[in-house]
Amino acid sequence: ISSSSNGPKAEPMLLDHDPDDLFAEATEEVSLDSPERQMILSDGPSPAITPVTINPRADVFDLSFVSHENRDTFDIQISVSDPEKVGDGMNAYMAYKVTTKTSLSIFSRDEVCVKRRFSDFLGLHSKLASKYMHIGYIVPPAPEKSIVGQRLGRRSSAVTELDPDAKACLCCRYLLRTVKQPALLKDPDVLQFLESSELPRAVSTQALSGAGILRMVNKAADAVNKMTIKMNESDAWFEEKQQQFENLDVQLRKLHASVESLVFHRKELSVNTASFAKSAAMLGNSEDHTALSRALSQLAEVEEKIDQLHQDQACADFYLISELLGDYVRLITAVKGVFDQRMKTWAKCQDAQVMLQRKREAEAKLQHANKPDKLQQAKDEIREWEGKVQQGERDFEQISKNIRREVGRFEKDRVKDFRVVIIKYLESLVHTQQQLIKYWEAFLPEAKAIA
Amino acid sequence: MMQEGLDDGPDFLSEEDRGVSFFFPFLISVLSLSSYCVLCMCVSTLPNFKQNEFSVVRQHEEFIWLHDSFVENEEYAGYIIPPAPPKPDFDASREKLQKLGEGEGSMTKEEFTKMKQELEAEYLAIFKKTVAMHEVFLCRVAAHPVLRKDLNFHVFLEYNQDLSVRGKNKKEKLEDFFKNVVKSADGVLVAGVKDVDDFFEHEKTFLLEYHNRVKDASAKSDRMIRSHKSAADDINRIASTLYTLGTQDSTDLCKFFLKVSELFEKTRKIEARVAADEDLKLADLLKYYLRESQAAKDLLYRRGRALVDYENANKALDKARAKNKDVLQAETTQQVCCQKFEKISESAKQELIDFKTRRVAAFRKNLVELAELELKHAKGNLQLLHSCLGVLKGDT
Repeated sequence: ISSSSNGPKAEPMLLDHDPDDLFAEATEEVSLDSPERQMILSDGPSPAITPVTINPRADVFDLSFVSHENRDTFDIQISVSDPEKVGDGMNAYMAYKVTTKTSLSIFSRDEVCVKRRFSDFLGLHSKLASKYMHIGYIVPPAPEKSIVGQRLGRRSSAVTELDPDAKACLCCRYLLRTVKQPALLKDPDVLQFLESSELPRAVSTQALSGAGILRMVNKAADAVNKMTIKMNESDAWFEEKQQQFENLDVQLRKLHASVESLVFHRKELSVNTASFAKSAAMLGNSEDHTALSRALSQLAEVEEKIDQLHQDQACADFYLISELLGDYVRLITAVKGVFDQRMKTWAKCQDAQVMLQRKREAEAKLQHANKPDKLQQAKDEIREWEGKVQQGERDFEQISKNIRREVGRFEKDRVKDFRVVIIKYLESLVHTQQQLIKYWEAFLPEAKAIA
Repeated sequence: MMQEGLDDGPDFLSEEDRGVSFFFPFLISVLSLSSYCVLCMCVSTLPNFKQNEFSVVRQHEEFIWLHDSFVENEEYAGYIIPPAPPKPDFDASREKLQKLGEGEGSMTKEEFTKMKQELEAEYLAIFKKTVAMHEVFLCRVAAHPVLRKDLNFHVFLEYNQDLSVRGKNKKEKLEDFFKNVVKSADGVLVAGVKDVDDFFEHEKTFLLEYHNRVKDASAKSDRMIRSHKSAADDINRIASTLYTLGTQDSTDLCKFFLKVSELFEKTRKIEARVAADEDLKLADLLKYYLRESQAAKDLLYRRGRALVDYENANKALDKARAKNKDVLQAETTQQVCCQKFEKISESAKQELIDFKTRRVAAFRKNLVELAELELKHAKGNLQLLHSCLGVLKGDT
């Protein structure tokens, strides 16, 4: 049974100075399909759905909750655990236990446990996206059911369905990012999601899936692209930020691809080292000089331990860096979506102005035509459209303001996230090197003992 | 020492083999001139050379010629013939260089220059290694009490003109092929003959198994090292991307990224070095003993062949005596076979014992050096990581 839990209380444990802890936990947190040596390689033709055994290391992944606005720590811990199969046959689904521990007053209880299924998460995201994206809030992207990865050297992209523990991990991170947003934390849908024992079923999850939301975002982007009037950007800040996010997107994707390649090669290295270890053991067996034979067997043992080390390191590579990068690539899509929404708002405002102009022209024409009842209607329409223009301008100002604030918050979080994760990753590398030193130091006297 | 600034030469021979000791009359150094020729420099104290120091230019084919002349010489049937140096093989490197050229558009200028330098260094390393292998071959010959006196060997070292040794033409290659086929079939027959001598019977069983396992270990170690190199390449790319991120980031992360990029640059070099050292100390060692164990097997085959001939000669003699026809001839043949067999057996025994001694010493040397290098690199890595972490944590 694996648990993904995070929160400020977990922090001291993770940044403790005992490097062994990091990996001691790895062996306890075994996924439902135990053999950890199963490779994440999909060999089938595209698209192949292969069950992936990734050892979820969510405990290693720490998002801290310092609110930069009020400078106090949000006291809230969320964990997503115990994936359980509910029901039979076609209607069977996985239910996850969502535990929230908090002392915040907006919650009715200190600790609450609910059962949620995957589509519930998607439903929550879709509600939040429809409520907040168009006014400029960066809504954390929904967890993905499967990952589409480009396997090296293969033209096809293999769709790999994530196993329940990995999904739990993703869902947990999703919730944490959501509650980190002060506006979203107060949202009644979020509270209902975390607290109420019964949740109305989210309808048509296809549309609500990550891909569905992505389509919605892309549609907005398309609408923006089709705009014949180029937006008159009066605010250089927005132009600059958009460019920055564009660049960041490109680099993060590149980095993500390189890290995925590293994970792949490290797993390959682990497998090849294990294979070599066996071969060295065989060689040691057939060697008829006793001391050399023993040394070769020792070498085989060392290599076997090292192969496990590579395996663990590859896991760290994946769970620390690769997942973080994946999250941020998706987050930046959400950020770009918000910028596009602003453009859409501007376009709407422009359209309203054009409409107002037309109504005014129509009224002017009617003035000369002397049709009193139509004139009244025209004047009414003018008032209506004047109102819409004003609303449009207010909306535009509001969304611009929101985006500025959101981007500021996003950047602060980004700095924190990357810092924390990269330092943790470097610590994992330190551990690996320390273990290597231990193993080779143990082997050296054996090699020297060959007489 | 002999190898010119070559800190990554195949030093998997024990001290005794390299003619380093001043008891041996040869000091041989082999340097590269180009992909095709090597320069052999030799210092000798033997009286039958015209000068004490001399050097010649030789091609790979000429080394092969020398090796083959040993193999074909009946006199040397009782010795383990030092395995021929491998043919220079730069295909893999060339392929990588080509792929790099094709992928030039997809990476930044810095990345490209870096990878190009890496590949060129790799090419150079393979080059140096190949040259060193040729040297090892000559040194092994020089170290052998009988082979070092061989006339062809002296000609090879001294004759400063082209030896006019051409590579084998198609017909000769075909002949070789058939010879090998016959030999393997014969080898099976010969191996089937049970040896009265326990020592040789044991050696036969041992070598067969050992050879196969060394082959397997050699292949597996190659694969392992290749993965290691790939991982190091990935870290290289990660370092580059982090650098770009560092230069374009508008937040505090820019310094962070630059520092981490710097770290990965350095650790990547160490990882590449680890892979190279493993290649040298482990993979090359296994490859060499794959060839040597084959040479030992060949010796056993020759002895086995001689034994079969001897037994056949005995049978023929018995038959001749029974028929009382051509007895003298049969007796002479039998005597010749007997002498040949005994001569081979005597030297073979010593050769195999020496082989074991050499093998044990070489493995010891290389395993110790491997462990020491792994430790050195891990400690280096650790230090880099600690200092970087110190800076990064201090910044918060």
